[in-house]
Amino acid sequence: MADITAGTDHAPRQSLGEWVDRHSGRIMVLPAVVILLCFAIFPLIVSAYLSLSRFKLAPGGFILTFIGDFNFRRLLLGAQQYHLLGTFKPFGPLEWGLLAIAVAAILYGLYRYATTRFTVMGFIGRLISAAFAIGIVLLVLATYFAGGIPGTLPNTLFYVLAGVTLQFLLGLGLALLCAKPIRGRNFFRVLFFVPLMVTPVGIAYIFRMLADMQKGPFAPVAQFLGVGEWSWAVDPWWARAMVILGDTWQWTPFIFIVLLAGIENQPREQVEAAHLDGASAFQIFRDITWPAIAPIAATVVLIRLIEAFKIIDIPNVLTAGGPGLATESLTLHSFIAWRTQDLGGSASVGYILLFVSTITCVSFFNYIVQRTRRYQ
Amino acid sequence: MSARDERPLGRRLFEPRTIHSQAIIPQIATYVVLLLWSVIVIAPLYWVAITSLKLPGHVANGPFYLPFVDFMPSLDAWDFMLLQNNTLGPYINSVVVALSSTILATLIGSLAAYALVRIQFHVKIAAVACFLLLLVALIVAVYTFGVLWEIALAVAIVLFFLFLGTIGRRFKRGLGNGDIEFWIISNRIMPPIVAVLPIYIMFQQIRLLDTQVALIATYTAVNLPIVVWLTRDFFAGIPIDLEESAEIDGASRMRVFFTIALPLTRSGLVATFLLVLILAWNEYLLALFLSSANAQTMPVLVSAQNTTRGPQWWYMSVLIVIMIAPVVAITAVLQKHIARGLLVGAVKG
Repeated sequence: MADITAGTDHAPRQSLGEWVDRHSGRIMVLPAVVILLCFAIFPLIVSAYLSLSRFKLAPGGFILTFIGDFNFRRLLLGAQQYHLLGTFKPFGPLEWGLLAIAVAAILYGLYRYATTRFTVMGFIGRLISAAFAIGIVLLVLATYFAGGIPGTLPNTLFYVLAGVTLQFLLGLGLALLCAKPIRGRNFFRVLFFVPLMVTPVGIAYIFRMLADMQKGPFAPVAQFLGVGEWSWAVDPWWARAMVILGDTWQWTPFIFIVLLAGIENQPREQVEAAHLDGASAFQIFRDITWPAIAPIAATVVLIRLIEAFKIIDIPNVLTAGGPGLATESLTLHSFIAWRTQDLGGSASVGYILLFVSTITCVSFFNYIVQRTRRYQ
Repeated sequence: MSARDERPLGRRLFEPRTIHSQAIIPQIATYVVLLLWSVIVIAPLYWVAITSLKLPGHVANGPFYLPFVDFMPSLDAWDFMLLQNNTLGPYINSVVVALSSTILATLIGSLAAYALVRIQFHVKIAAVACFLLLLVALIVAVYTFGVLWEIALAVAIVLFFLFLGTIGRRFKRGLGNGDIEFWIISNRIMPPIVAVLPIYIMFQQIRLLDTQVALIATYTAVNLPIVVWLTRDFFAGIPIDLEESAEIDGASRMRVFFTIALPLTRSGLVATFLLVLILAWNEYLLALFLSSANAQTMPVLVSAQNTTRGPQWWYMSVLIVIMIAPVVAITAVLQKHIARGLLVGAVKG
C-alpha cells in the first residue's frame, strides 16, 4: 500500500533507474504487502461474507444466498450448539463456587486497573478481555466440570491451555538442566531439537503405533497389567491425553531451544557472584535467571499460543476427532463442515476461532508480554 | 537457607570437597533426567525406523524390538514404496513447493523487513480505509449481484485512485513503520482455516487448483510474517555506518541491501530459512485443501495411507522416515544458527 499512498514527487522527467532508486523503499515493501492482501485480507473479507451466507452447488457453479447471522446463531444457540460449545449441565455447588471465585478475581483485576492507572482505551480493552474470560469460565464449568459434553471450542481451549503449560514447564526444566556445565551438552541439544522437525501427521501415526495395545511396543506391559483388550481411543480423556502427548513431544523442543539460548545469554558474573555468596539454585533461578529470561519466555509462549489454536493434524489423524466429539478441535470442526459442503458453517466456525485466538493472544500480549518487557 | 546466605564470600574456597560431594547427587539426577528425555525423543523414532524394515507378518505377530535378533529386517516395504508405488511424485512436489516457497518468502520478507527498518514510511489512514471499503464493495458486488469480477475490479481500482487524488489528500493522519510491521506480523495470528476457503475458490476460478503454483503462492504468504518478524531484528542489529558510506559512494538501496545487509545477517537468514523450510515441508491443512492428485505433498500422502488401505504400518513408516531424514540431517548440521536466530527474534519480537 505504501507505494500508492505516500506523497508523489513532481520531479520533471527522470530515467527509469532514477525512478526505481527514488521509490526503492516502496518497491521493497510492495511484494510483501500485495501477497498479504491477496492471501490474507482478501480471503478474510470473502470468508466473512461466506459466513453470512448459505452455499449451494448448482449446475455450472454455485449459488450464495445471504442469510445474515443465521450460521452464527445456529452454532452458538441453535442446532449446532452441541458441536461447537458442547452440551451443558446445570451447576452444582462446586461450579457456583468456582464461578464466584473466577468472577471475583476478574472484577478485582478490573478494579485495581481502574483505580491505579486508568486510561479509557486501556479500560475498554480490559472490559473486553474480562467479558471474554468470564464467558470462557462459564463454558468450561458447564461442560468439563458439571459433567456435560464439551464441544470443539472447549476442546481447543483445553489443548491450548494444557498443551502450552505442559510444554512450557518441560521446556524450561530441560533448558535449565542443559545449561549446566555437563558433558555431552551439544549432543543433548541437537537430539532434543529433532521432534520439532517431524511432520505432525507422522507424529500422529507414530503415536498410534506406540499406543497399540495389541501389537505396539508396550503390548507386553499392557498384557501384564491386564488391559490388553482395552483401547485408549474409546475413552474421551485418554484420547485427549494422547493428542496432548503428541503435541507436547513435538513442541517442547521449540520452547527448550529458545529458553536455552536465553539462559546462556544471561549475565554470567551475577550467577557466579551469587554462587560464591552461597545462594541456592532456586534463589539463583528466582532472582537472576527468571528476570533475565522472562521476556523471552513470555514471547515464546505467545508464539506457541498463536500456533496451538490452529491444531488439526494430530487430532485428525490420531483419533479423527473421536470418540464422539471428544478430541475435535475448531479447525477440524471447520474442515468437517467444509467436507459436507456447508461452506457457510465452515467459515463461521473459522471466524469464531479467529475471534477466540485473537482476543486470547492480544490479551496475553498486552497484559503479560508487555509487562515482562517493561521491567527490563 | 538463611544461614547459608550470610556465609562470607570466599569461605567456600576452603571447602571444595564438600561442594563437590554436594554436587554429585544433583549431577547424577541431571544426567538421569536428560537421558530419560533422550529416550522419550529417540524411542518413537526408533520404532518407526524398525517398523519400516518389518514384513506384514512381523507387525501382525506382536511386537518385535530388535532387528536381526527378534526378526529378520527386510527392505520389502522400502522397495514397494520407492519403486512400485508412486511416492516419487508427491516427494518431488514437496521438495519443489517447500524450497520455492521458502526462497520466495525469505527474499520478499527480508526485503520488506529491511525497508521497514531503514526507511520511514507514512501511510494515510484514509487511504487504507478507502481501500478496505472498496474491497468489501467489490466482493459484495461480485457475489450478490453477479457482476463480472474483471469489470468490478477495474471499477474499484479507478475509484480508488480517484479518491486518492481528491479527498484522500485532505486527511493527513498516517500509520508509521511500527504499524505496518505489526500488521504484517499479526497476519500470523489468523488461523489458516479462515483464509483457505476463499483461497480455494480463488484458485478454482483461475484454474490453478491442484498445481504447485497454488501451493507455492499460499505457503509464501503464510510464512511471510515469520520472515519479516525474525529478519527485522537482524537488520536492526547491524551498524548503519557501512550502509551509509556505501550510499554516499552512490550505491542504490537495492545494491546496499544485496551487497551489504544480506551478507552481514547471513547466520540469521540461515536460521529463518530453515525454520520456514521446516514449516513448509510439514504443512498439512493448506495442502489438504489445495491439492488432490497432481500436486499432492508428502504430509497429505502420509495421512491418506490410513483411509485408502487401512493402517499398513510398514509402508507408512517408510514414508515417515523419508520425510524426516533430510530435515533432520540439514538441521543437525546447522542447529547453532537456528538457536541464535530464534533468540534474536524472541528477545526483541
